[in-house]
Amino acid sequence: MAAGVPHTAAARSAEAFPGIPRRRTLLRRYLRNRAAVAGTILTAAVVLSALLAPTIAPTDPFSQSLSTTLRGPTPAHWFGTDSLGRDVFSRVVRGGRITLPVAFVGVLAAMITGVPLGLLAGYRGGVGASVIMRLTDVLLAFPSTLLAIAITSTLGVALTTVSVAIAIFSVPIYIRLVRAEILRLREREFVMAARCVGATDRLIIFRHLLPNALGPIIIQSSLNCALAILTVSALSFLGLGAQPPVPEWGAMLADGRGYMRVAPHVVVFPGLAIMITVLGFNLLGDGLRDAYDPRSTR
Amino acid sequence: MSAYIQGRLVTLVPVLIGVSIAVFLMLHLTPGDPARMVAGMDATPEQVDRVRHLLGLDQPLYRQYFGYVGRLLQGDMGRSIITHDRVIDDLWPRYQATVELTVAAMAVSVGVGLFIGIASAVRQYSVLDNALSVVALVGISIPAYWLGLMLIVAFSLRLRWFPVAGMGGLAHLVLPAVTLGAFAMAIVARMTRASMLDVLGQDYIQTVRAKGVREGRLLIRHALKNALIPILTVIGLQAGQLLGGAVLTESVFAWPGIGRFMVDAIQARDFPIVQGGVLLTALTFVLINLLVDLLYSAVDPRIKYA
Repeated sequence: MAAGVPHTAAARSAEAFPGIPRRRTLLRRYLRNRAAVAGTILTAAVVLSALLAPTIAPTDPFSQSLSTTLRGPTPAHWFGTDSLGRDVFSRVVRGGRITLPVAFVGVLAAMITGVPLGLLAGYRGGVGASVIMRLTDVLLAFPSTLLAIAITSTLGVALTTVSVAIAIFSVPIYIRLVRAEILRLREREFVMAARCVGATDRLIIFRHLLPNALGPIIIQSSLNCALAILTVSALSFLGLGAQPPVPEWGAMLADGRGYMRVAPHVVVFPGLAIMITVLGFNLLGDGLRDAYDPRSTR
Repeated sequence: MSAYIQGRLVTLVPVLIGVSIAVFLMLHLTPGDPARMVAGMDATPEQVDRVRHLLGLDQPLYRQYFGYVGRLLQGDMGRSIITHDRVIDDLWPRYQATVELTVAAMAVSVGVGLFIGIASAVRQYSVLDNALSVVALVGISIPAYWLGLMLIVAFSLRLRWFPVAGMGGLAHLVLPAVTLGAFAMAIVARMTRASMLDVLGQDYIQTVRAKGVREGRLLIRHALKNALIPILTVIGLQAGQLLGGAVLTESVFAWPGIGRFMVDAIQARDFPIVQGGVLLTALTFVLINLLVDLLYSAVDPRIKYA
């Protein structure tokens, strides 16, 4: 056997399709990355604590006690109490049940809308693709926070509007990403081979192109979740998202800022919750990207 | 070069048209009757009809849009519903305040970000690299408004080094600039590290070292210059995002900028102000991106323009 010639089907496959790692390789690379594993653990911990919030923090997050306002952390109140005597630990843990679903729904909606549009723009080209890309350029012309503010001011202040805002500013990201992937993949040999055997465009897109573009989509979704969580809490901080007395992290920061001088704990713990959650998703996304393409240096 | 500028300006036109349409439609997409919103909920039907006629809302949509664009091209963004002053007169001084804050934040983010990125790349996999990478990671994960609140607690309330809020001299600018620049600093640091590692691995760097060039000169003159293109892209993108994200920093530090003014306008349902603010900020973002594109040729002479 000549040197350098792949001698197994798997090796020939890997050489034919360089850059598309196998699942076991991906998992191995991912688990070797300590930061990625830490991100997974952080993310899982936050999601689990949101799901199990009534068990972890059984105290009613709306229950007030005006005799115990602005108390620091104690064994009875692990994160202290706020200006109305409400338990901050309970409110922080329950806050995950507000912030996370709003962020996830927004990102999911963006993915469901953006991926098909990106597929269309990348595979078909032509006038339709131009229109899609010009609309994308218009949306990308607005800074994301500003766009979110403009949308919530137009559609009305509510958590559902925040999800819509997240979806709208995230859609162009998916369109551009998927289009770039499809442009890269559509001239590959396996796509040509599929065309040669008479595969329809629909089969090529959904059976061959989309599965190979899934990696970058998942990576981007993780990073978009981080951005979405920051956006949800930012809008609530500005009074354009969750309204009092809802225990949303950003809203808690807005409530607590007036008492920072005497009771800094009312702003420390909600902010830490946001930071830890966002950090987890960023580490997860970075880890997935490094596992998918180790040549991409952070 | 001029052909390139012309080409880029031509591609700007559809984007600017799209932005103006999106901003124009903001008022019309709002649930409810915009004329009633402007006239007030207690207004009589006659008053609402009068407002509708004054604002041109009884015209077909396309005529309203062309009227809006026509007035925009003459610098007329309408009048504030609350103050009745011209929108541009209300927005302009606040826009300048936001630009001042954004420029200061960019200076912080580019200066610190480049330093962190270069230091990390030069000492790859060292304790310093790991520590600086953690700093960069925390920078992209920390909510800016929370960072601002923590800086106020530490440096204004406890140490009393800086004022808590407001706009004034340099002392008033420090904490808001650090707050606003932290996220961009982290992004610039990460991109600088990645780009420098790419360049430092090239063969010509070995040649330069073999010729005995000092490390500092090698890094700045030979490595950084070639690593700058992707870094410039990121800096340009972040400059625009800083402009939009300044609203949070302005809220925390009571900085009298355009972002905070727009949030107040949203609460007061003062749509001309919101429309004008969004349009001004979006236009600046688009122009910054154009400027970044034009800077490429200054950084890399290999980019030839027909």
